[in-house]
Amino acid sequence: MSGPVVMKSGDVPRYAPGERVTHWIVAITFVLLALSGLAFFHPAFWSLTAVLGGGVWSRILHPYVGVVMFVFFGLMALKYWKDNLIQPYDRAWQKRLPDILNNNDHGLPEIDKYNIGQKQLFLAWVVSMVLLLVSGVVMWRDVASFPVPVIRIASVVHAIAAVVMILGFIVHVYSAIFWVRGSMRAMTRGTVTHGWAKHHHPLWYRRVTGGGK
Amino acid sequence: MALQSLNVTKRSATTTQPPSVRTAEEPVAKLIDVSKCIGCKACQVACMQWNDLRDEVGTNVGVYDNPSNLTDQSWTVMRFAEYSKPDGDMEWLIRKDGCMHCEDPGCLKACPSPGAIVKYANGIVDFISDNCIGCGYCVAGCPFDVPRISKKDSKAYKCTLCSDRVAVGLEPACVKTCPTGAIQYGAKTDMVLRAEKRVGDLKERGFQKAALYNPAGVGGTHVMYVLQHGDDPERYSGLPSNPSISPWVSVWKGAAKPLASLAIGLAMLGAFFHYVTRGPKDEHAEGESK
Amino acid sequence: MTNGWVDIKNTDLVLIMGGNAAEAHPCGFKWVTEAMEHRKAKLVVVDPRFTRSAALADYYAPIRVGTDIAFLGGVINWMLANKKIHLDYVKAFTNAPFIIREDFDFADGLFSGYNADKRSYDRTTWAYELGKDGFAKVDETLEDPRCVYQLMKKHFSRYTPEMVQKICGTPKEKFLKVCEYIGSTSTPDKVMTILLCARVDPPLARLAEHPHDGDDPAAAGQHRPAGRRRERAARALQRAGHHRPVRLQRGAAGLPVRPDRGGRLARDVRRQAHAQAPAPGSDELRAELREVAHEPAEGLVRRGGDEGERLPLRLAAQARRRLRRARHLRAHAPGQDERLHLAGVQSARGAAEQDEGRAGDVEAQVPRRDRPAQDGDREFWQDYGDKNPAKPDEIKTEVFRLPASSFAEDSGTFTSSGRVIQWHWAGQDPPGLAKTDREIVAQIFTRVRDLYKKEGGKFPDAITNLTWPYAIATHPSPEELLREISGRALEDVVDPKDKTKVLVQAGQQLAGFGQLQPDGTTACGNWIYSGVWSQAGNLSARRDTADPGGLGNNLTWGYSWPANRRVLYNRANADPKTGKPWDPKRGGIAWNGKAWAGVDVPDIAPALGPDTGAGPFIMTAEGVGRLFALGGMAEGPFPEHYEPFESPIGNNPLHPKVVSNPAARVFKGDMEAFGKADKFPYAATTYRLTEHFHFWTKHSTTAAVVQPAAFVEIDEELAKTKGIANGDQVKVTSSRGAVTAAAVVTKRMKVLECDGKKVHTVGIPIHWGFKGVTKDGYLANNLTPYVGDANSQTPEFKAFLVNIEKA
Repeated sequence: MSGPVVMKSGDVPRYAPGERVTHWIVAITFVLLALSGLAFFHPAFWSLTAVLGGGVWSRILHPYVGVVMFVFFGLMALKYWKDNLIQPYDRAWQKRLPDILNNNDHGLPEIDKYNIGQKQLFLAWVVSMVLLLVSGVVMWRDVASFPVPVIRIASVVHAIAAVVMILGFIVHVYSAIFWVRGSMRAMTRGTVTHGWAKHHHPLWYRRVTGGGK
Repeated sequence: MALQSLNVTKRSATTTQPPSVRTAEEPVAKLIDVSKCIGCKACQVACMQWNDLRDEVGTNVGVYDNPSNLTDQSWTVMRFAEYSKPDGDMEWLIRKDGCMHCEDPGCLKACPSPGAIVKYANGIVDFISDNCIGCGYCVAGCPFDVPRISKKDSKAYKCTLCSDRVAVGLEPACVKTCPTGAIQYGAKTDMVLRAEKRVGDLKERGFQKAALYNPAGVGGTHVMYVLQHGDDPERYSGLPSNPSISPWVSVWKGAAKPLASLAIGLAMLGAFFHYVTRGPKDEHAEGESK
Repeated sequence: MTNGWVDIKNTDLVLIMGGNAAEAHPCGFKWVTEAMEHRKAKLVVVDPRFTRSAALADYYAPIRVGTDIAFLGGVINWMLANKKIHLDYVKAFTNAPFIIREDFDFADGLFSGYNADKRSYDRTTWAYELGKDGFAKVDETLEDPRCVYQLMKKHFSRYTPEMVQKICGTPKEKFLKVCEYIGSTSTPDKVMTILLCARVDPPLARLAEHPHDGDDPAAAGQHRPAGRRRERAARALQRAGHHRPVRLQRGAAGLPVRPDRGGRLARDVRRQAHAQAPAPGSDELRAELREVAHEPAEGLVRRGGDEGERLPLRLAAQARRRLRRARHLRAHAPGQDERLHLAGVQSARGAAEQDEGRAGDVEAQVPRRDRPAQDGDREFWQDYGDKNPAKPDEIKTEVFRLPASSFAEDSGTFTSSGRVIQWHWAGQDPPGLAKTDREIVAQIFTRVRDLYKKEGGKFPDAITNLTWPYAIATHPSPEELLREISGRALEDVVDPKDKTKVLVQAGQQLAGFGQLQPDGTTACGNWIYSGVWSQAGNLSARRDTADPGGLGNNLTWGYSWPANRRVLYNRANADPKTGKPWDPKRGGIAWNGKAWAGVDVPDIAPALGPDTGAGPFIMTAEGVGRLFALGGMAEGPFPEHYEPFESPIGNNPLHPKVVSNPAARVFKGDMEAFGKADKFPYAATTYRLTEHFHFWTKHSTTAAVVQPAAFVEIDEELAKTKGIANGDQVKVTSSRGAVTAAAVVTKRMKVLECDGKKVHTVGIPIHWGFKGVTKDGYLANNLTPYVGDANSQTPEFKAFLVNIEKA
């Protein structure tokens, strides 16, 4: 599906079609889950149950959608696991975070496919996802029957993990769509420009293009 | 829909004022005098008949408790506890279990569905099944392990304190049927007075620790017990000594709600203002890097 | 009962023994809780099991099944020894001062006059010593060694606390504690109530042996059953026959002895004289039909019956006599009954020794009428596996099922244990083709009558001339029947003092049994019901809760037989000399200087003041209650403890040579068949649960939900010995049969030590069967023996021996 493939011309391939499909399944299920979950979480968001067809449908579908998300998220996690191991240069890169936030990217340490922010987000999501699955199953009365005290703890864990995931999602979406221009096409078209790749992920760029400059 | 004729003081998943113009409603209570209860289960049958419930015909599992637990079809059950006293004699403590109608109901606090659980001004905590989504949060919220989710329709059910009867001036069906007067119903203040009288009688009969069970941890209840052993409610088939809404539920449905909402809101605002103040990282053209 | 349930609220102490009021009578038990709350009354329970009644008791003492008389004998001994008796009452209102014949004796378990071959007594020596004037001799000082008081002292002196412990297994200190509770009510201002089961309650059952002659209303009015005397004695002393709780204290405003189950004996036997001894001519169907006309309605319109079913007709009474009673069960054997009409009676489940009861059915040509619910009798011929192993091919009985309505689908009367006749209205129409008992019998009768008219017969007059005054012959209404029972004047009834004065015009309803005439000018179905439907209308339909005296007499609620009197023998509630109530706060009636009056109908001629010396127990010649029962009881004038025929200790510590009741009716061959403790080492008893009513309610879903399946109760030690865990299926076996059920292992069953032996008790609730919405179960009476109580012939279902094993 993907790999260090050098395009004959044009842009740098970042995500193969399969990866993109997986991502968007996760993204869609996540949005559905977040919205319906928020509806259960706080009365202010109750009207969001509409996205899954009302309160009862939300209650019925939410866990199934969650399982779907978990499966596809799991595929992604396995696939990108190695790419998300934090390396020494990531630390150096992280020290420049204020500059980065100020869009002052000059002289940043060279990094691979993902920066440390992405890696930390990945880690947070993986942890959250596991917690959500476990606590979600505990709370899922259609399939499981746990003691009430366990369900109570699970409910809190589920809520916290979900909030962590949503916060990460906000960062992720903002960065990908609004902040770092040129990122979005990696998940829509599958490619990024050479400039984008060289600028943001030079190590990766050299790896996939065979070191060309 | 909640009963039109009753004021609503609390409504699940609702942050605005529920209907509450009726000012003359008085808090009510059901008083269960364990020292007068013979465990005849007439209340269970009355409950089944008034509420049109028919639980499954079970089996005998070695005790008199049948059905052996609360279910969506059994909103009240008698729990029989055999207690051996230090002197070798025994006591057979029979407690009618069911919804306690807490002043501070954990189920209502946990419920995510607006109006699925209401608390009337008279103190009755009622499930409005129409609005119930079947999530079971009320089960987790209840300090007494009372609500049950139906396998048939996935709605939560429990004793309504016969809110439909009470709303038209009748007593609950179990009260109506109780042959020994062990279950009484009336204004809560009257019930507390009556309970004090009963406690006095029990003390005269040698139950020095007799007491009214009206636990403060949930703000008091609208179903109260007169216990011979008020110092040890656990003896009565595990009646909680000091029930309160679980801290987990309090966090989940308390602090977590505003904090999480705030965090999410701040994150979104932060992103927005970052964009407004810093703008995007421009797309870099070919060869433009560094 | 001699008084109403409500009256229990006036008591200071309730002793429940040989019964379980909270279980069997939760609604009546309410008045116990009322007394406890409002009068600070104490509740004491003596029972083999820690019952639901015990759950609320101030004090509980265990006892071995079948040893109540030993316990109560011990109480009597203690009361006499400690002078905890209300002596004024005993002297004035009982036969304590009466002198008994010199030749009366009791030795080695036998009263004088015993005939071992006949297993019965010649009772001539059980009598008063008569003076020259022909009256009984009396010693008001109670010191004469032959006076009843001294004889009692002697008789019961053997029942020491140690003996009670030996026989009953009740620890001595617990027994004494119960005595103290009872003794605390010996003062004039205290009263006690004993709630006992009516199962074996000879004072009531005795009535059955002396049925008044229903054919002659006047005679009925005069010839009152001798059993009443016993009842008066019971009232005086809280002495009740076989169980015989004897109390040397005054009864309450309410009366002390309360067989708390009016159902069987108290209600149907007494009220309608459904005698166990066949009424003249009643063996024949024609005669039965004749009787139907005379006293149908009671059966038709009330609930009653041993199984709690209605007992719709005298026909059923007849069937019942044959089926329920031990000897009739035996009599109901192959070839003896050509036809049997069963209505509102359940022989298969209610009868002991199930299999034989049913075996009798096999050969008989038995038409059976159905009850609303399916039951054992209707289904006896069906094969239900080991729960009812029948071979339909071999059963020659032809069964007809006639769908009948339930009581709730018909109007009529219920009569409570407290003798209050209460009209009820049909709640709904019977389903489908179901008909009321009245219509079924009326249709049979009118057809039979037509046949007699057309074809004649040996004695057609009894049928063809029978009074059948109903507007629609095939549909007598309950109203017509109750009016008929209550009675009316056939001709003008005139004042005997002033013949010109007409008391009741011809055709009018009578005001009460006082207006019944011996010359055939009045008609009445049953003298005790006379007045229930007077010219004032249907008094049983009254629903006024007014309680002017505050004692719960409620004179305008329904109609209490006889004469709307709420408390029988109510004169005994007042001081013999002054006529003032013993306790002014609980006075029923009092002498006001001119007459007896108060918030009740006096049970004494109103003008017979205290100065006349008229005793309160107007039904005995001597006017007092009989502590010494004279010849009224078949098994002795004083109560005596005999072991159950199946005894776990196999010995009677009082008199080892006479272990069991020497006068009890035991059928040929049964004596040898009784189980012995070596094979069946555990005492057993059967009982009801509050969730069910006999065998009816296993057809009710709500009742099935709250108590779904058969079980037996055993103590923890026995369970451990036998490797039985809570909820395990166990098999209980007696010498007669076996049942399988779930085990309830409970602390409520006590291990007792009796006569040096450890006694475990197996408790067996009765309610299950092979038809119904409950889980299928075995009929508990598979296990129980036939033994006829000497007086009532009531079977000894409640104390027998079993073995138990894990199934």
